[in-house]
Amino acid sequence: MKFTRRNTMLMAFGATAAAMLPARAMASVEDIVAAFTGGADVGSEGLTLTAPEIAENGNTVPIEVSAPGAVSIMVLATGNPTPGAATFNFGPLAGSQAASTRIRLAGTQDVMAIAKMADGSFVQVTQEVKVTIGGCGG
Amino acid sequence: MADNVKPKVRVPKTATAGEAFTIKTLISHPMESGQRKDGDGNVIPRSIINRFTCDFEGENVIDMTMEPAISTNPYVEFEAMVPANGTMTFTWYDDDGSVYTETKDIEVS
Repeated sequence: MKFTRRNTMLMAFGATAAAMLPARAMASVEDIVAAFTGGADVGSEGLTLTAPEIAENGNTVPIEVSAPGAVSIMVLATGNPTPGAATFNFGPLAGSQAASTRIRLAGTQDVMAIAKMADGSFVQVTQEVKVTIGGCGG
Repeated sequence: MADNVKPKVRVPKTATAGEAFTIKTLISHPMESGQRKDGDGNVIPRSIINRFTCDFEGENVIDMTMEPAISTNPYVEFEAMVPANGTMTFTWYDDDGSVYTETKDIEVS
């Protein structure tokens, strides 16, 4: 292969784009987490995230979060084009600080849940879900 | 406005004061994520329900923010606790400004 100026440019651009894509996705997850926690320390006890290990269809993946004493719980699909999935805010009449719903996953990835406790501390858990068919229209 | 949006809520008719009971909600909605493209390669604009709330006589039970990663026909299951007889109000807020509501009466024994 001959290294013309055009080829070199294209290769450089391709490499940059490939390097930027995952970095950008990760950055936005971090941004969302930082916006939610305000940069506070995050623990790992007291929050349960129930998700299937293998989801055949990424279009509807049932998940359940439970954190006794939480004010709100945020769920993130870290590998999706838009990582945010849902935020549950529990009111005074909530019977328990738990909820379940169904989310879309673009592919095999980590699902993350972060709970804000009543005392202002934060708890985070992550679980990997393997997806055989993606759920973002790709 | 999305067509045929129909909320479905399952709440027990009677409850015991101070005891938690499960509520299941489902609303038919396409939840267009804004990521998909149509046959000509144009992006189909995002159209989702972005917020769901459940209140009992003005007091909040749950307030949920929904993002495009929520599946078609959003299903939410959670628990509530009520002190007396009253009405539960369920509200869904659509991206296009529409608001869908459903109410259920609960008797406390």
